Amino acid sequence: MAEVSIRDVRKAFGATQILHGVNVEVADGEFVILVGPSGCGKSTLLRMIAGLENISSGDISIGGRVVNNVAPKERDIAMVFQNYALYPHMTVRENMAFSLILAKAPKAVLEQKVGRAADILGLTQLLDRYPRQLSGGQRQRVAMGRAIVRDPQVFLFDEPLSNLDAKLRVQMRGEIKDLHQRLRTTTVYVTHDQIEAMTMADKIVVMQGGNVEQIGAPLDLYDRPANLFVAGFIGSPAMNFLKGRIQGGAFRVGDMLLPLGSTRGVAEGMPVVYGIRPEHWRLDDGGIPATVRLVEPTGSETQVVAEFAGHRVVCAFRERVTARPGEILCITPDPACVHLFDDATGMRLA
Amino acid sequence: MSAHADPTLWVRSRSKPSALAKLFDNKTFLIFICLAPALGLLLVFLTYPLGLGIYLSFTDTQLGKPGVWVGLENFQYLLTDRVFLNTVWNTIFYTAAATAAKFALGLWLALLLNENVPLKSLLRAIILLPWITPTVLSAIAFGWIYDPQFSIISYVFKHLGLISTNFDFLGTPWHARWSLVVANTWRGIPFVAISLLAGLQTISPSLYEAAMLDGASGWQRFRRVTVPLLMPILAVVLTFSVLFTFADFQLVYAITRGGPINSTHLMATLAFQRGIPGAALGEGAAIAVSMIPFLVIATLFSYFAVGNRKWQQGSDDDV
Repeated sequence: MAEVSIRDVRKAFGATQILHGVNVEVADGEFVILVGPSGCGKSTLLRMIAGLENISSGDISIGGRVVNNVAPKERDIAMVFQNYALYPHMTVRENMAFSLILAKAPKAVLEQKVGRAADILGLTQLLDRYPRQLSGGQRQRVAMGRAIVRDPQVFLFDEPLSNLDAKLRVQMRGEIKDLHQRLRTTTVYVTHDQIEAMTMADKIVVMQGGNVEQIGAPLDLYDRPANLFVAGFIGSPAMNFLKGRIQGGAFRVGDMLLPLGSTRGVAEGMPVVYGIRPEHWRLDDGGIPATVRLVEPTGSETQVVAEFAGHRVVCAFRERVTARPGEILCITPDPACVHLFDDATGMRLA
Repeated sequence: MSAHADPTLWVRSRSKPSALAKLFDNKTFLIFICLAPALGLLLVFLTYPLGLGIYLSFTDTQLGKPGVWVGLENFQYLLTDRVFLNTVWNTIFYTAAATAAKFALGLWLALLLNENVPLKSLLRAIILLPWITPTVLSAIAFGWIYDPQFSIISYVFKHLGLISTNFDFLGTPWHARWSLVVANTWRGIPFVAISLLAGLQTISPSLYEAAMLDGASGWQRFRRVTVPLLMPILAVVLTFSVLFTFADFQLVYAITRGGPINSTHLMATLAFQRGIPGAALGEGAAIAVSMIPFLVIATLFSYFAVGNRKWQQGSDDDV
């Protein structure tokens, strides 16, 4: 096992700059998730760690060794691809053992390692099948088995769950997390799904447009997003944003005044963006009267789209709300959970 | 208020279908009417000539003289005919040599074109050129290239001072055979290269990346990933290539007409030679018919030996 250190890494394809100086430290045994919208450079960064893309500038080191010019097979990493990349003409056993066969490992070693991986993943019954004869989840497991057999210093996952259906995705999410807790291998995982990132990671790296927006533990990102992008990206349904000004220690939007938790770092009259998560609205008879536009009960909570002062906000209530569209609902934000962002820079104020 | 005045009360009128419409709704009739043109063409242009050819091979028909049924006599005669036996041997040699050359060079070209070479699409177009040139034209061109007096190859070598007399491309049996193999290879490479390139492009790049991470060298990636995954398409292309080469006619007939002394005849050219200019329709047909078992065996071999692998079975969704 080893730590991975990414220092001021840049990547350009011709004149197109993909990564603009990325710094990430992955501690030994840590599960780090790179998350961001399509085209943010997260997969490119992962492929650079794997050695499948060159590094235009900067350094990547694995276990203290700079690997910029080390061939992929010498980097002691294993990668799980989005489409699994199983060799269709080999059985599950051969797929998992391929790296050992190439390394001319003795048969006993091969049997033992494949047997152990198959055991961990519950693939023992399927060892003689071909990839085509497997379901999506089973193929996914074989791809992980191939990585486990190699006993690498670092696991790399490139959107491994995006080809699975929703239910299987949740199940495999749990299996991967469980696997990491058992093997404790350093893992770098790429996804565009913020729920995957929140539920699995020890540490999340949020990326956008080739830059790192914020690095932190999942709940830190959720509770204290560094800027508007992270605030909007993490959390589902997304955070509500209202544009307005500071007035008399409160936030003014239209002719409404919303309470603030803290006014640290803000000045009177300053234009700000007021961020409040859906679940931080409360029903309150003394609150803001808002017109209900849409009610979506999910059973565990009720999501309500409400409108006031020309703004639509999404609220999520634990209690069951029986309001119908067109009715008035009085809501109020929890001042302790308000996020304030500078309107000009998008950076967090308080 | 009448129902027609209120748009909410309008209902779609149901007209009775005509007899013709009913007829076309009948599935059996529809199947028959759709298949009829294709079946007609097959019967007139494929089944009838083939049947007639097989029938003729059992008769002693000559041009302008209806023959009588002679049973296997034509075939018995052919088995003792040195020219025919030589032709069979030559056809097998021609097919084997040209196919081997076409596959070696075609695969090499396909692998090159599958890499990110500059001007890729232009190169691909150039490679297709031999294939889109009408065969007879390229045969005539090769005829001039191999000409005893005016061969451009001899001309170049002579001017470089490397030889003092012209190459004798078509004058002796072995020279002529190899010359024809070269011409056929030149003509057949595009088909092999483009088909194999299509096959190569169906192999997901992530398989190569996975193999690279698994520690496979370039040669190991080729042998353990490319070749096995290319096998199914290789089988199809091989089958077609063998069939085309075995039944070749144009190149040989245009360049050597089977000479010198019948040494480059293929079964197809010999069948034509005996049947039409030689007027022995029955014997020509017998030669043509004796190609059938060879073609069937070649097809079965390439189908069962290299195609239809076990790993191809199972569901097809997103491997």
